[in-house]
Amino acid sequence: MSHAHSDASHDAHGHHGHGDHAKYPFLAHHFDTPNQQFESGKLGMWVFLATEVLFFGALFVMYAIMRFKNPEVFSYASNYLDTILGGVNTCVLILSSLTMAVGVRAAQTNKKGLLVTCLALTLAGAIGFLVIKYFEYSHKFHLNLKWGIAFYQPVDESDAALVKVPPEPVANPVLAIAAPNPSAGAKTDPIVPLPAVDRSAIAPPKAGPDGVATVALVEKAQEPAHLKPQAEDHLLDPVMPPNTHKFFAIYYIMTGLHGIHVLIGVGVIGWLLVMAMRGAYSSDYFTPVDLVGLYWHVVDLVWIFLFPLFYLIH
Amino acid sequence: MASASHAAHSHGHEPHPLVGHLVPYSTLFATGIALLFLTVITVAARYIDLGEANIYLAIGIAVVKATLVSLFFMHLRWDRPFNLMVLVGSMLFVVLMMVFCMMDVGQYKASINAGNPAKVQSYLDANAPYAPVTKK
Repeated sequence: MSHAHSDASHDAHGHHGHGDHAKYPFLAHHFDTPNQQFESGKLGMWVFLATEVLFFGALFVMYAIMRFKNPEVFSYASNYLDTILGGVNTCVLILSSLTMAVGVRAAQTNKKGLLVTCLALTLAGAIGFLVIKYFEYSHKFHLNLKWGIAFYQPVDESDAALVKVPPEPVANPVLAIAAPNPSAGAKTDPIVPLPAVDRSAIAPPKAGPDGVATVALVEKAQEPAHLKPQAEDHLLDPVMPPNTHKFFAIYYIMTGLHGIHVLIGVGVIGWLLVMAMRGAYSSDYFTPVDLVGLYWHVVDLVWIFLFPLFYLIH
Repeated sequence: MASASHAAHSHGHEPHPLVGHLVPYSTLFATGIALLFLTVITVAARYIDLGEANIYLAIGIAVVKATLVSLFFMHLRWDRPFNLMVLVGSMLFVVLMMVFCMMDVGQYKASINAGNPAKVQSYLDANAPYAPVTKK
């Protein structure tokens, strides 16, 4: 197609390949034909997208190493992510990718109204994704499901009281709970006095009970682990594996970098929308629509991998 | 090749784009529906216990979805093959990096992976007293 077109224009106009420039005002002077300009721009975009693949690829390598080293952390902490919201976000991105692809076709076929509609829908999808992501992040921040040691800070005062570590470890937690009841007489008095020095090989519990008021807490801790642990009680969960915070570190890094890409997408799609309403694009010239479309599809592609790797760990 | 597929896909009443390839609506919507369907499949697969195979199934479905997006939404099915080479090449380099990193990690796992390093553990003890204790 390209060669036939360029040969024809050269033959018709004759002066050293500048015939297309008179015909197509958008054709930059360093390109001979619109097709050369289009394919060059597209190749440049693909090279940029290759760097994006490498950019996210390094993070996927980090993910693989951390999951390989801490498989129990990933299968446990994945339960704290909301599969419904993640799934809805996946569908939002796929649908916005579809409207983007339809928008490219609309630009190619001179349908300005359809192009503007498609770009507006794509923009709405991008913003919708970010709004849902905002609700996910703020919920996790509220519960201190953060990276690093912040993950292990109590959520609020009452949580701090529940998980409070006693200043001095209780020497014998069992006797401390079954405190002697004075009304029951001498029978229930502790027969064996506490040893002066605790020689037990069993280490005292880290968040041990410190009184009758916490019996309910002990019972709660002794309940069998639920299929889906409650994010609110993550510090009280007896089955929480060490290093659970690592999952959230990599979760925020990868979804955050993806979120920044969505934010940039909002900017460029908004710019496209304004330009499309001004009638900047036609079947002759739609390169920006096509290239932003490619970018937006890569944002979709990254999420297609992020969603099962974080939300759908069995 | 390009001009032949253009003739096959372009509709009489629609203007022909000067450059690039026109993808029919049917192809675009079929791709979108397939992507949504595969999303449902991958969510459902989460609840089936396949052991080690779960992650490979999830990644396999993601690869199929990525292929659909790149071939049809991103026009690679009709594009110059060099663009496909750029994409596949970048992915191959990611796989290369991952394979070598994982070989390295697997090699050293037994010797250094038991418990936290002493400095890390003492930092956690001081600053994150509610953190579970790492088993040696």
